[in-house]
Amino acid sequence: MNAPMERTVEVNGRPCRVWERGEGKPIFWLGSGPMLFRWSAFHDALAEKARLVACSLPGYPGSEGHDILDDHLSWCLAARDLLEAAGFRPGDTLMGSSTAGALAADVAALWPDWVGALVLVAPFGLFEDSDPTRDMFALHPRNAASMISEDPQGYAAQLAAPEGEQPVLWNIGVVRANEAAARFLWPLGNTRLNRRLGRVKARTRVIWGAEDKIIPPSYAQRFADGIGPSASIDRIPGAGHLAELDQPAAVARSVLEFVG
Amino acid sequence: MRNLWFHLMPYKDLPATFKQDHNSIWVDIDPRLLTPEKVHEYYNEYMDELEYAAECGFDAICVNEHHGNAYGLMPSPNLIAATLARRTSNAAICVMGASLALYNPPTRVAEEFAMLDCISGGRLIAGFPVGTPMDTCYVYGQNPSTLRQRYLEAHDLIIKAWAAEEAFAYNGRFNQQRYVNVWPRPVQKPHPPIWVPGGGSVETWAWCGEMDYVYSYVSYYGHVAAEATMMGFWEEMARQGKDRNPFRAGFLQFVGVAETREEAIRLYREPAEFFYSNCLHVDPSYVMPPGYVSEATQRMKMKSQVQAAADRSSILSSVKNEMEGILAEGYVLIGSPDEVADQLRKIARKFNVGNLLTLLQFGNMDRQLANYNTKLFAEKVMPQIRDLFEDEWEHKWWPKPMGQAARAMPRTLMAAE
Repeated sequence: MNAPMERTVEVNGRPCRVWERGEGKPIFWLGSGPMLFRWSAFHDALAEKARLVACSLPGYPGSEGHDILDDHLSWCLAARDLLEAAGFRPGDTLMGSSTAGALAADVAALWPDWVGALVLVAPFGLFEDSDPTRDMFALHPRNAASMISEDPQGYAAQLAAPEGEQPVLWNIGVVRANEAAARFLWPLGNTRLNRRLGRVKARTRVIWGAEDKIIPPSYAQRFADGIGPSASIDRIPGAGHLAELDQPAAVARSVLEFVG
Repeated sequence: MRNLWFHLMPYKDLPATFKQDHNSIWVDIDPRLLTPEKVHEYYNEYMDELEYAAECGFDAICVNEHHGNAYGLMPSPNLIAATLARRTSNAAICVMGASLALYNPPTRVAEEFAMLDCISGGRLIAGFPVGTPMDTCYVYGQNPSTLRQRYLEAHDLIIKAWAAEEAFAYNGRFNQQRYVNVWPRPVQKPHPPIWVPGGGSVETWAWCGEMDYVYSYVSYYGHVAAEATMMGFWEEMARQGKDRNPFRAGFLQFVGVAETREEAIRLYREPAEFFYSNCLHVDPSYVMPPGYVSEATQRMKMKSQVQAAADRSSILSSVKNEMEGILAEGYVLIGSPDEVADQLRKIARKFNVGNLLTLLQFGNMDRQLANYNTKLFAEKVMPQIRDLFEDEWEHKWWPKPMGQAARAMPRTLMAAE
């Protein structure tokens, strides 16, 4: 795997990390915490065919500043400011996954003319009483990895401290990324996106791991219905909640095919 | 040394196979296990026990707050404290306490504590806990990432509301109120003494020092596991240049007294094993919401082997739940009155702690045994430990009630006299 180019941008005066690699059409990705700890096969697969710009939200790996964001509006503005600082231009493609997917959907809903195409991978943001999501912030230590991923060992490796890093400090970063997500998603992961999804104008692809144990795969249809006819769904067999980790090639293929 | 009698109010009628058949005693405790008629019996029994402790001469009686919890039946400790205020006349009433960030607006706490201080004639100790993750984040849905910030703001608002000479607008980060005007106000000026129950976070030590509040280490793991925490607290006081007044600190200990140690083991085995088997059966999923423990505390705990060991014992269900282990770990301190007094003196000196919170009813202990334990402790242990620190230091954090002559006498107490 080739290392990405790394740069730091400022959001609310705090540093946020941007990884970039590849050439061609840009895909700006608000990644989930676990997928931003190290460059992975998924990153490689996308960067081979497109310019991947992976942005870490405040508090996510490599970024600071979650602790000054107190309400949902502040988070939405921070997400847009981060994308803008990373180089997002009107009409570009925005992708968002899992926890960060909730904010990607909000950016597309709040600034519908800004986002040209939208890819959502198992995003949070909705909660259906009759079909509840699992409490991602109360996973038993014994089986958390197998709840999140179909490849628990791969998941553990994705989060493990790299050689030369202090495991104690590294682990604090892992907790911090989880805290940042909790800060805008606690307790249900419901950001009331259902009230805003209809504003999305971007053509949209909703990608979902068929084996997702955190958010029921049935939520893919809820997102597509909320956005309207411009949304298509792609279900990834053999993938759990972190579809990019479980089936990197299949997810990358779906994204690239959609982006065109 | 001040002796405080603390009640958790456990639900005693759990099935013998509770631990095998149920996921957790807290948060998702099975509601079908509860019989309200039993709770009626328990509340009345437990309030009797608290009143009895006051009668026996304990300096204070204590209640606390839990939610969705079968070992703590007090979602609203203020309700219990209100009845205790009417049924006792000298003991301090320690509400340990109200989890400030859970109340919207937090001035509700200012109002209810002021009511309790007025009803009791100035006997309230106002406990200001952040609250456990289980109570605050999981059952009450508070965001772990903002909980401590909300707590601190609620504190500032309450203190300001108690002291303000006119109605004011509060424009906080999390709370906005156009008219803050707390009626009534506490009898004690500028406010009742504030005690902060804590688990061992560095911020809480620092904050208690800066604000000059009592730090109370409330743990169920006894004096052996408490050492690192109490030492950490005093190191922080030294760093801040604070004196070593032992009344700055409180410490909770389960105690069982009998005529002999053998008799104590026989009497207290069942309630102790009940508590450490069932009441700490908490699903680890509900122990560590992200953001609840600050990064500074995470660093401190990872550095401290002792603290890490204590945490592991609380989190990973390696808790000892047979009497021999319970005693070896020091969770419960038992023995004859002389033995217990001797150990408590040593612990108090070692930890430099002037406020001893005792749990003399625990687990499924019945009323008769609880009262026996209470009486024996009051008559034979308390006199041996009471003098500790009292000549050396002034207790600046104890309630200052109205004079007896000025105080109203409830009809029930008048009849009793």
